Amino acid sequence: MFDKRYLQDFDWGFLGLVLLLCFIGLVTIYSTVTASALAPGKTLYYRQVIWFCAGLFLMLAVLFINYRSLEQGAFVIYGICIVLLVWVYFYGKYAGGSRRWLQMGALTLQPSELVKIGLIISLARYYSKLGSARGVTLKELIVPLVLITIPFLLIVKQPDLGTAMILVLIAGSMTVFVKIERRTLIYAVASCVVTVPLVWFFLKEYQKQRILTFINPDRDPLGAGYHIIQSKIAIGSGMITGKGFLKGTQNKLSFLPEQHTDFIFSVLAEEWGFLGSGVLIVCFLVLIAWALNIAYGCRDTFGTILSVGITAMIFWQATINMGMVMGLMPVVGVPLPFISYGGSSIITMMIGVGILLNISMRKNI
Amino acid sequence: MEFLKSVDTEWYKQRLTGAMLLLVMAFIILFARLFYLQLIKGREFRRLSENNSIRLQIIDAPRGQLFDRNGKLLVDNRPSFDLSIILYDAKPIEEVIRKLSAYTGMPESELMSKIKKEKCSPYQPILLQRNIGRNALAAVEVHKLDLPGVMVEVKPKRYYPKKKRAAHLIGYLGEISPGELKSEKYPGCKRGDFIGKFGIERVLDRFLRGENGGRQVEVNVSGQVVRILNTVDAKQGQNVYLTIDSKLQKKTEKLLKGKTGAAVAMDPETGHILALASSPSFDPRSFVGGISNEKWYDLVSNPYRPMENKAIQGQYPPASTYKIVTAIAGLEEGVIDETTQFFCPGYFEYGGHTFRCWHASGHGHVNVVKAIEVSCDVFFYNVGRRLGVDKLAWYARACGLGSPTKITLEGEENGLIPTAAWKKQRTGIPWQGGETISIAIGQGYDLVTPLQMLRLTSGIANGGTLYRPLVFSEIKTADGKLVKKGETEIVGKIPASSKTLELVRRGMWEVVNGANGTARGSRLYGIDMCGKTGTAQIVGRKEDERGYKKKLAPHFTPHAWFIAYAPSDTPRIAVSVIVEHGEHGSSAAAPVAREMIQAYLSDEKAGSDVVVLENKVVESAR
Repeated sequence: MFDKRYLQDFDWGFLGLVLLLCFIGLVTIYSTVTASALAPGKTLYYRQVIWFCAGLFLMLAVLFINYRSLEQGAFVIYGICIVLLVWVYFYGKYAGGSRRWLQMGALTLQPSELVKIGLIISLARYYSKLGSARGVTLKELIVPLVLITIPFLLIVKQPDLGTAMILVLIAGSMTVFVKIERRTLIYAVASCVVTVPLVWFFLKEYQKQRILTFINPDRDPLGAGYHIIQSKIAIGSGMITGKGFLKGTQNKLSFLPEQHTDFIFSVLAEEWGFLGSGVLIVCFLVLIAWALNIAYGCRDTFGTILSVGITAMIFWQATINMGMVMGLMPVVGVPLPFISYGGSSIITMMIGVGILLNISMRKNI
Repeated sequence: MEFLKSVDTEWYKQRLTGAMLLLVMAFIILFARLFYLQLIKGREFRRLSENNSIRLQIIDAPRGQLFDRNGKLLVDNRPSFDLSIILYDAKPIEEVIRKLSAYTGMPESELMSKIKKEKCSPYQPILLQRNIGRNALAAVEVHKLDLPGVMVEVKPKRYYPKKKRAAHLIGYLGEISPGELKSEKYPGCKRGDFIGKFGIERVLDRFLRGENGGRQVEVNVSGQVVRILNTVDAKQGQNVYLTIDSKLQKKTEKLLKGKTGAAVAMDPETGHILALASSPSFDPRSFVGGISNEKWYDLVSNPYRPMENKAIQGQYPPASTYKIVTAIAGLEEGVIDETTQFFCPGYFEYGGHTFRCWHASGHGHVNVVKAIEVSCDVFFYNVGRRLGVDKLAWYARACGLGSPTKITLEGEENGLIPTAAWKKQRTGIPWQGGETISIAIGQGYDLVTPLQMLRLTSGIANGGTLYRPLVFSEIKTADGKLVKKGETEIVGKIPASSKTLELVRRGMWEVVNGANGTARGSRLYGIDMCGKTGTAQIVGRKEDERGYKKKLAPHFTPHAWFIAYAPSDTPRIAVSVIVEHGEHGSSAAAPVAREMIQAYLSDEKAGSDVVVLENKVVESAR
């Protein structure tokens, strides 16, 4: 039953890179949660270690299931994710202005993270069945549109604009990758141009404000705009070598919002300087390129599209998060893969890594 | 294993190469940005980070104002000066505190303990003292340079130009609790914020609250602002126009002074609450800036319950005022008609028990109108016995008793209208016929709130419509834009024909104006008033006690009720009054109602409202 080629083709380098990133993440989280008396404290750090171990375990578990069998189970997985999201809608835990979490004993789960995997698998299944070089037609686009709209609306309602946007970007990347028919593309763009102002017209004033602030954080100098200034000060003040581990002043004085989740890159850049943050960016670049290479090496359509989907997930989250904290992009609540604090985020990422390793080690079987 | 055509995978490989290119480009941008921030602008950011120079200062939004129906200001804001300290700037801390103590006279140990208690970021202001006096303010301002990190923040605080007026309706503010902070109802609130805790301040908090603004500033080493980078103005909360008439409210409160109870008035044609008073009252001014523990303890431990809004939270047996319901039920069910007479010998025998009429020597032959006028118990015992408890309960509920009126205030009580099934379920004992006899005159299990009785009175006055009591007419932004209108809302109809209502109204007219009316002493000259008295017994009086006319301890003396409306043909105001342990409705409650009605109607006549009043007459004459 066990094939020697599994071990031969196993991507040790890729796994090593992921573990390195996770290690950097844990070290930085340690700094953020223990920086001052106000910081959340070591409990959070230990919790993250446990989540990381759970993620590692799930990653290994995923390796034992042939990824090709995911194709059959695609819509079941998707369905479970949607059920969880609906559950959140009714019984979710409310915290910090939104309803995103399911309380399970001492742990909280964020189904909007897991739904990314569900969406990627089901889209991969759908697109791999089409398989033609002419591109997706308008009619063929209906199913993906439905697949994306359901979780999108549920997540926007929470509200969690960042995660909703990531879902759209992942689905969009996969669709563009399998190619859209030119005519369809024109239709799609044209209908967007028409509907966006229409939707805008129906939005309530506070919703418009939220979107405008999202696009331009300077509109909100007391909230997002202030956070970006502080984040830029933190990153910039790191200079070449940084202020040293546990010595970041912006971090220590809680000047950064969400310093252990969304703004964790700022803390890393403040404490480790250009050298440290540069290494991190390079790590991400290599990791994503490696993931694309796995897609490249895969010899069936489902596997290729699946790995592209997961790569897109890592890519968009990493670039948007880093772009945001450096003041290049809208302020969105997107965690930095493998680095940010958050159980659901790390588990989702590790499952994604498991699938990629899975595809990679079965490329010759 | 099935492989797809190699054409397909080859084709995808091309697309993957494209993806790789995009990836590299995106990362070049990120890298360049990092380079710019850390290497090119690094020195500048390092400088800014050293003093944590960019800070946020909050500008508190003033809450919305409250006005009465005529636009009279009831609740306003006034600036208060709060003293706070930023630990990061206040170095060395002991010395700063020592100086501050010397300048202001505040004890050093008290200041220190406040700082120690607070667990927040060292750059966030810690509140030392709310509302510091003029002298302390001057001292701090003069020695500003000597006191790094010490600052005076100007915050709007509630101000009550009419002092205690309408305290139970308006309510008060208090510091947000940890539980409220976590709930969805208070987005954007932070620790130390004041929110509405009671009354209108609480239920309309989201309108009144406003939106805090703030300033992004750059500060120097001692925490002084060097320049302002960005300002967002605070948005004042929305103003609420209440339906109450400030003058009538004042009068009502004066009338209730020294008594325990409640008085509410309503415009029977719209459901607008004209006055709502509960006694004893509390002073909302003692809540400004946080109430002291002793004061709070005094309020909650007071046996007369000043923190309770008795108009909606007090539940009392309706007593004889309930005879109106019994009369309606009897007439509508055909148990009696206009001419039906019962003989009252002063007592009523049923199931081996003797039920007494309040008038021991009896009323003789009485019909329904007369029975209301003289409040004959025996007449209604007869009606009740023929109706049975469940029919009576159905009418009472249809008249709006035993369920909340849904007034826009929190904590309203239900009251209780018993049925046979209710008792069986509650106590396991079947309903006894004798209990129906008590119920028919509003004793026994029956409980109502003064507001429920008021709505019923209004309904009888206006021809049967039950309105949802309305406490605010409009909510407007500070610059006068309408946000929300308090709409008159019909929630029910008294199940009575116009003929039945006419008979009840006649009875109520006789109560005040008839030769033997129980409230004859309260009739008004020039104003045609209708009403009904009630005396709610708390413990069953024993016959010998009664015979000796022994004065009961105040704790056991009955509650006094009076419900009324006026003028009788074109009702403009309905009133419901309860005076706890007031003994008799006619002597304790009716005068309060009478004075309220007189004050309101004569005020209207004297004012510019005369024309409106005349219009009204014409209208209802149709």
